[in-house]
Amino acid sequence: MSEAMVKAEAVHKSFGRLEVLKGISLEVATKEVMCLLGPSGSGKSTFLRCINHLEKINAGRLWVDGELVGYRQSGNKIYELRESEVAKKRSEIGMVFQRFNLFPHKTAIQNVIEAPIKVKKVKKAQAIERGRDILKQVGLSDKVDEYPARLSGGQQQRVAIARALAMEPKLMLFDEATSALDPELVKEVLDVMRDLAREGMTMVVVTHEMGFARDVADRVVFMDGGVVVEEGPPASVLENPREERTKRFLGLVLEH
Amino acid sequence: MVALVLAAVIRSIATNPRFEWDVVGQYLTDSRILNGLVTTIELTALAMVIGIVLGVVLALMRLSPNALLSGASWVYIWLFRGTPVLVQILIWFNISALFPTIDLGIPFGPSFVHLNANDLITPFIAGMLALGLNEGAYMSEIVRAGIISVDEGQVEAAQALGMTRLQTMRRIVLPQSMRVIIPPTGNETISMLKTTSLVYVIAATDLLYAATLIYSVNYKVIPLLIVVSIWYLAVTSVLSVGQYYLERYYGRGTSRQAQAPTIFGRIRQNFWPKHADVKLPPDESPKPPRLPEDHR
Repeated sequence: MSEAMVKAEAVHKSFGRLEVLKGISLEVATKEVMCLLGPSGSGKSTFLRCINHLEKINAGRLWVDGELVGYRQSGNKIYELRESEVAKKRSEIGMVFQRFNLFPHKTAIQNVIEAPIKVKKVKKAQAIERGRDILKQVGLSDKVDEYPARLSGGQQQRVAIARALAMEPKLMLFDEATSALDPELVKEVLDVMRDLAREGMTMVVVTHEMGFARDVADRVVFMDGGVVVEEGPPASVLENPREERTKRFLGLVLEH
Repeated sequence: MVALVLAAVIRSIATNPRFEWDVVGQYLTDSRILNGLVTTIELTALAMVIGIVLGVVLALMRLSPNALLSGASWVYIWLFRGTPVLVQILIWFNISALFPTIDLGIPFGPSFVHLNANDLITPFIAGMLALGLNEGAYMSEIVRAGIISVDEGQVEAAQALGMTRLQTMRRIVLPQSMRVIIPPTGNETISMLKTTSLVYVIAATDLLYAATLIYSVNYKVIPLLIVVSIWYLAVTSVLSVGQYYLERYYGRGTSRQAQAPTIFGRIRQNFWPKHADVKLPPDESPKPPRLPEDHR
């Protein structure tokens, strides 16, 4: 288990009477990039949100870096962690959202340094220095003091990635990070994600970008109806899918 | 038509000798009036501070998943919003009939301070408590509206970064909710300024009570009420300016344009054009917006 950054065993999740995850079991190795594909409503975003406990799972087990997510096991029983303990675990996992969710009342650099200062208790001067470096890394050294409202969608999403990276996470979760972007802005965000993958970041990426999945992912997981339908290296899943549902989905996505 | 009515009113105000403008002028800066004004402002400020702090606490309780907390908040709002503030002022003033002594100490245990309620609850304190606690009920609804108005994604983003619920509230949600909270709070403050005049029923020497004390002796009722009105108007005007600047501050980052200068900023710019706008040299036309760079 030391190798697995994320390990899921028969994870179930329901919203009221709607069962969204019907027993997900999979592993993400350290430094691996895993792409979650599937039609909307397949549960891929919900599963991603379970990994950092934004959603509580109803049954099954979920570990990140060898530790249960949101719970503590003692003997045969599991107990829910206190809020501060959940927060601490979350601080080690970066997440990027479809709609960016930048803090609109803070400039780019203030967005980036907020959590390092308040959560990790980094000194302000040090956080700013590091924040500038990260913003430079995502190609935004000229937008440091800009408010989000004055940035393009692609720039905002790159700030959001920088904000997550500033916490020096051991795992990054991307929830359809390019779905809300204009087509011409998708590339600049994917490029940043590509660089991250190359540097060895462990990443779980929910995406509809087949090109990105093919080029960057080590493994592709196809989900539908709350279960894993098929998984494997991108070449085999995307080029030679075994399952009928995968074929149908890829047919619809790759047609245009 | 409007102009005609206006002209008639102005003529009446200017020429009707019973307005006694000389008396108005005489009492406008009378020390008793000014002391009353200070009391009114103190009462307004303290009641609003109590109201805002209480309002935030009540709103957070109301939005808490804990049923006991949200229920307690609901009952508080129901009680304090459901009874007239004048009645509440009178109840606080007569609280000693209910609790003759006030003990500070461990509940059901020893007490350290033993106070006589009649000494502690002066008219000023009674007014402050009544107005502040009443205001808390109204402010909590305003704060709650502000908190609800902030996009849920903001909370998720903050939590995903490892911020606790309290940090998220203080650093992310409340500052953004200010845009929604401040305008009605300005309203509440101005309303409070005028509502404090109710404390004259318990003989707290606010602005109105000071005036009534004077006119009960010299019978210059209308001129003194005009004095009072002028002062209320003056303070209200100052408060409106304060609200404008607060709104500006919390509105930062919400517009794509840089913020327009304030009125004073514009005046400064006109008369002391030291910080002149940076103008492009005439030969340099504005560049087309740069495309996002490929940073690889």
